[in-house]
Amino acid sequence: MRDGHFVIDGRTVAFRPGQTILEAAADAGVYIPRLCHRPGYAPHGSCKLCTVNVNGQPVSACTAKAQDGIVVENDTPALNDDRRALTEMLFVEGNHICPACEKSGSCQLQAVGYHLGLATFRFEHFYPPRSLDASHPDILLDRNRCILCDLCVRASRDVDGKNVFAIGYRGIHARVIVNAASGHLGDTNLDVGDAAAHVCPVGAILIKRHAYEVPIGKRVYDLRPIAAVALDEFRAQREDEGG
Amino acid sequence: MDKGDPVAACVGRHGGDAGKLLQILRDVQAALGHLGPDAIDAVAQALGIPRVHVEATATFYHLLHAESHGVYEILFSDNIVDRMLGKDELMAYLCERMWLAPEKVSEDGLVYVGSTSDIGLGDQGPAALVNGWPLPLLDHNRLDLIAGLIRNQKPLPDWPAMLFEVVPNVRRGDALLAEPHAAGAAVQRVLEIGPEGMLEELERACPRGRGGAGFRTAVKWASCRRASGKAHYVVCNADEGEPGTFKDRVLLQAHADLVVDGMTVAARVIGAARGLLYLRGEYLFLAAALERVLQRRREEGLLGDHILGEPGFNFDIEIALGAGAYICGEESALIESAEGKAGRPRNRPPFPDTHGYRGEPTVVNNVETFACAAKIAVRGGAWFAAIGTPESTGTKLLSVSGDCARPGIYEYPFGVSVRRVLEDCGAQHAHAVQVGGPSGTCLSWREFERRIAFEDVPTAGAFMIFGRQRDMFEVARNFTHFFTHESCGFCTPCRVGTSLLSNHMDKLAAGKGSAYDLAQMQRLMHIMLTMSHCGLGHTAAKPVVETMEKFPETYERRLKALDYEPAFDLDGALQTARQITGRDDAWAHLDAGKP
Repeated sequence: MRDGHFVIDGRTVAFRPGQTILEAAADAGVYIPRLCHRPGYAPHGSCKLCTVNVNGQPVSACTAKAQDGIVVENDTPALNDDRRALTEMLFVEGNHICPACEKSGSCQLQAVGYHLGLATFRFEHFYPPRSLDASHPDILLDRNRCILCDLCVRASRDVDGKNVFAIGYRGIHARVIVNAASGHLGDTNLDVGDAAAHVCPVGAILIKRHAYEVPIGKRVYDLRPIAAVALDEFRAQREDEGG
Repeated sequence: MDKGDPVAACVGRHGGDAGKLLQILRDVQAALGHLGPDAIDAVAQALGIPRVHVEATATFYHLLHAESHGVYEILFSDNIVDRMLGKDELMAYLCERMWLAPEKVSEDGLVYVGSTSDIGLGDQGPAALVNGWPLPLLDHNRLDLIAGLIRNQKPLPDWPAMLFEVVPNVRRGDALLAEPHAAGAAVQRVLEIGPEGMLEELERACPRGRGGAGFRTAVKWASCRRASGKAHYVVCNADEGEPGTFKDRVLLQAHADLVVDGMTVAARVIGAARGLLYLRGEYLFLAAALERVLQRRREEGLLGDHILGEPGFNFDIEIALGAGAYICGEESALIESAEGKAGRPRNRPPFPDTHGYRGEPTVVNNVETFACAAKIAVRGGAWFAAIGTPESTGTKLLSVSGDCARPGIYEYPFGVSVRRVLEDCGAQHAHAVQVGGPSGTCLSWREFERRIAFEDVPTAGAFMIFGRQRDMFEVARNFTHFFTHESCGFCTPCRVGTSLLSNHMDKLAAGKGSAYDLAQMQRLMHIMLTMSHCGLGHTAAKPVVETMEKFPETYERRLKALDYEPAFDLDGALQTARQITGRDDAWAHLDAGKP
């Protein structure tokens, strides 16, 4: 592993050994949209929003290592249009209720949609029947709003050491399953203090009795766009690591 | 071991190894009929792993199910070629005879009839699986017989053997199949020339992987040989799931020693002591015979410790069965599955040659590639390189099916023209050929001079022929639904994109399509090609886009409007209102004037 420099959107940026393109770009203040990645978590590479062109070839910036001398295209109209299509796909495959959703204004899916200029849907909605699990005393699991980012799975396994969640089934039927024979979240050992209870980037895992606490205008992405917030998250993670 | 506890027995049979989870789940389902919550719990407890991991694996595979599928589960192969041979009508006939609804267990819990992706019997379809065992050449007579056997609750071993008879159907043999292969000849040869000598022969022969991707075998083996690890592994990819392909079935049924020789040669070259033959679940019927081949070879000193008396040359092979997941043909998904997990492709790099099975250096090759390697060991690299074309050396096994007089396996040197194959198999009025299966290439009658070779039309082996009477739109629609069913669901573009494509194709089929739908499918193709995680997503839109380009008339005649047409029936939505008001005059319809 070596350090070095690469070019992203015409700017030359430095990277440290072992860094991914996404991490190195964040260090240099360049935002690459993403939903399934979170600083400090093992990269997953499934939402594909962070797709960039490296020397003309599409790769996921969250899993691809930075390499000396590569030329990366990120903020281009063509890539952003494709990312907007991916964001639309995440909306139409689920049942998202932005105007009423407790996560509205602090939701990454919604904020990325705004960032990419998503104004209308080109794809037809699936309106799939999905289940809502309110069995846990403190935590709500609403699969209607899940985008299968796998963050709760990783948080529970890698941070909480519990394995409360996994992705079960396959294809368009893939869904979050929980570690209980009943299939109910209330029968797992998930605790309201767990990382997995708070990591959800959308409104699929919510803490009960805390909805709508922040008034409109003061919510996370009311104050600053997701590009700025996301870069701050990387900065905070680096300070945590003492880097 | 507690005889009364089938789960404990299954777990014990696999040494309590969580890495064998998929094999354990297959066995538990065979014992209990299905994998209900209690069975999942019991497996998790016996293995000491979270139940959610067991459930994640159990729910991923099509051949595993949480609900009972009755005493007899019949799954009709749903490839387009089976459909052309009457699959839909036959399935409806059986359901009617048995008073059944498809995809539901009968009221008395006796029988379930459903569909599954191509089961690898395209040359002797229409075909189905009963409790995992193949039923080729189905017709009304056979279904009458089968219905009677089920009604009388005859156990499968008492069914007439001819119902299960699958023949190899080799119509043309060449370098691999024409002459018999003496078991162990390739192993003997690699002991004489040594691993480096074998790599030199491979470089001279220059074979490219037969599974579809065409990676150079010599490069893969040399890289794996150089990679350091606690152990090295040889994995044979016998997850032959590409619809229309059945050549690996024939190689394993009729030429197993050639394949195992190739695996053993690979083991010698990379320094592996363990090998894995990952056999698709639909090929369960091959497993017992393969086990016998492996056992015979152990007795002959061709497997086990000190092979052919060579001190330290230890290598043995075990068979791992899949459970109905096309994606496991992708090598990193196959490894995940072989490790007991859901078959989702890994992030690459690293590739299996350095980080494969159990994280160790692994060579994964297609069945046919190992057969080539064995022949190269015996006959030499120069012999092999002289066959085929300079860029595509050797021969290719083609699985020929569809509208022709003589379906089956045809082996040709690379470079053979499509027209030649069509002549040999008796395809008189071919209109199109799908080479390489749904993820391959659709050729129209204008392109039959093209050649089977990596530099022209590459293929993993499928060769499906469509006559003039066939509707290429329906072919593409069948393939699109196949990809939707087989998408692993990991990445957004493939998970959602395949469903969107299927919806557009269904909308066109219902006569509600517009040019807007065609444009949307083109756009989806671009997104899936550039952003998907693996080859499945990259190619899933290809059948639609290719048939749209080569057979535009089949799409155009389905278009209702040239601009935009909604998927739902606007006028139909007013039907309830018309019923309530008792009106059916012109003004009660959206398109006033058309009652």
